Amino acid sequence: MEHLLKIISKPDNLPIILMLVLTLFYAWLAWKKAAKNDRQDISEEAKQADKVQVWPYLVKVEFLGALVVMVILTFWSFLLDAPLEEPANPALTPNPSKAPWYFLGLQEILVYFDPWIAGVLIPTFIIIGLAAIPYIDINPKGNGYYTFKERKFAILTFCFGFLLLWVALIVLGTFFRGPGWNLFWPWEYWDTHRVVALTNIDFTELFGIPTRLVDDSLNPVAMIFGSVVIVAWYLIAVVYYVWKKNTDVMQKLGLVRYSITAFLFLTMMAVPIKIILRLTLNVKYILVTPFFNI
Amino acid sequence: MLGILDQLKSKWEKTDVYKSIFRHNYQDTQRNRALQIVDNVFLHLHPVRISRHATNIGFTWGMGGITFLLFIVLTITGVILMFYYRPAAEYAYDDMKYLMNDVAFGPLMRNMHRWAAHAMVITVMLHMFRVFLTGSYKPPRQFNWVIGVILLTLTLFLSFTGYLLPWDQLAIWAVTVGTNMARATPLLGHEGPFGPELGMKIDNDVRFVLLGGTQVGPPTLLRFYVLHCIFLPLVGGILMIVHFWRIRKDGGISGPDVTSKKF
Repeated sequence: MEHLLKIISKPDNLPIILMLVLTLFYAWLAWKKAAKNDRQDISEEAKQADKVQVWPYLVKVEFLGALVVMVILTFWSFLLDAPLEEPANPALTPNPSKAPWYFLGLQEILVYFDPWIAGVLIPTFIIIGLAAIPYIDINPKGNGYYTFKERKFAILTFCFGFLLLWVALIVLGTFFRGPGWNLFWPWEYWDTHRVVALTNIDFTELFGIPTRLVDDSLNPVAMIFGSVVIVAWYLIAVVYYVWKKNTDVMQKLGLVRYSITAFLFLTMMAVPIKIILRLTLNVKYILVTPFFNI
Repeated sequence: MLGILDQLKSKWEKTDVYKSIFRHNYQDTQRNRALQIVDNVFLHLHPVRISRHATNIGFTWGMGGITFLLFIVLTITGVILMFYYRPAAEYAYDDMKYLMNDVAFGPLMRNMHRWAAHAMVITVMLHMFRVFLTGSYKPPRQFNWVIGVILLTLTLFLSFTGYLLPWDQLAIWAVTVGTNMARATPLLGHEGPFGPELGMKIDNDVRFVLLGGTQVGPPTLLRFYVLHCIFLPLVGGILMIVHFWRIRKDGGISGPDVTSKKF
């Protein structure tokens, strides 16, 4: 318990608690507004569509908002000092070494994927995926008001990515990861000498196909098997397309938009699947090649 | 006594000096309310009239505005901090100690800079969350969302480059962990897929360019300082102008389309 207080009261960890509380609060608020709008024919926003003058109706809100933010920020800055540790020493690595808090979700993914995926590919896909949203979501409904009913898939996908894969993993990386990046309960003492057995095996080895042959060279059968699994995962998109080809939604979406959406969606969903595979079956890699591992 | 003051006031208000500064009087009329917005360089970012739902903080959460406010706070406190800080490895940490112990209001300025920076990362994320949930990226605002995504990454980079500047253990190891990822960049990193095949080594890959060396050292400090104080705020500032301008050009803050039947 003492340890929990220690990590929660670390000045740099306060923003994470703030983020968690605010995100949950606003998710709840948006849910409430969406539910209300979905129950009635006209949205609450549409009922307030009449025009008012910006001075004073908006300027007033902005001024009060700025005042509140400045008061909070001033108190926060008076009460809590920004951390300043010992001088930089390249020869002394702290354990655990953690990235800034907003990158801890990515650092957490590093456990399950090689750095080129967790540190480069996934952040790139996040940025590209976010930027692509307005061009692949062509549903004209739900523009300018809260709703869930009219855009279920879009909202569920975004909330899954933001709340679970971003916010929750940041919390996990901050409060549940201790020395050696081992899992600790938040109230557990961070034992630097804890030994965790490395029992990870590759996905193919679950089926009795060894990754390496007796002479330590890579097993081509395992490579083919791993590739087939990954290709099969993305083939789900093709199967779904053939199944839904003639529906109205798919016709409007078109093949290009569908391909991008399906690729980004399946890639995102592959992340939690790999996490679960690791945590339950100790799976290390799906595919091992001489150049990269997935 | 009051009579004299009133007389003086009305005289003053008739002078050329007064009229050159204030273009209209303050009587509460519709016209003056409009002039209050359009005659003011800072306020004219706003339209004169907006729909009532847009003034509702439950709808907007105010997160975009708070983000901008925090950016201004960060600019002001940041400039003050620059007076006391030298981005060289032999001075940086001592300057921090000096700032925290001997400079009047030094700790306040530094604390405010750090907490506002953390808060800005949170408010940017919440702003994006709100814009998504109200579908505000839909036509005609698609491209403004893309600019917003770029601004989000710039915010993270600004915070990340600033993280190194105190030059303490927390700073260099957090940045070491973060920049180690660049080793593994496909094609461009010396540990990434096909990197070595393309001739990438520890002293010529993308991480080396970022750090100005093979590990986080004095050249990295200078690099991150320049990025943090000049390059990123400049790019961010320009994109913010575009972001705000496009809100106006795309018809103001999003709302249901009450002219069509479906909303």
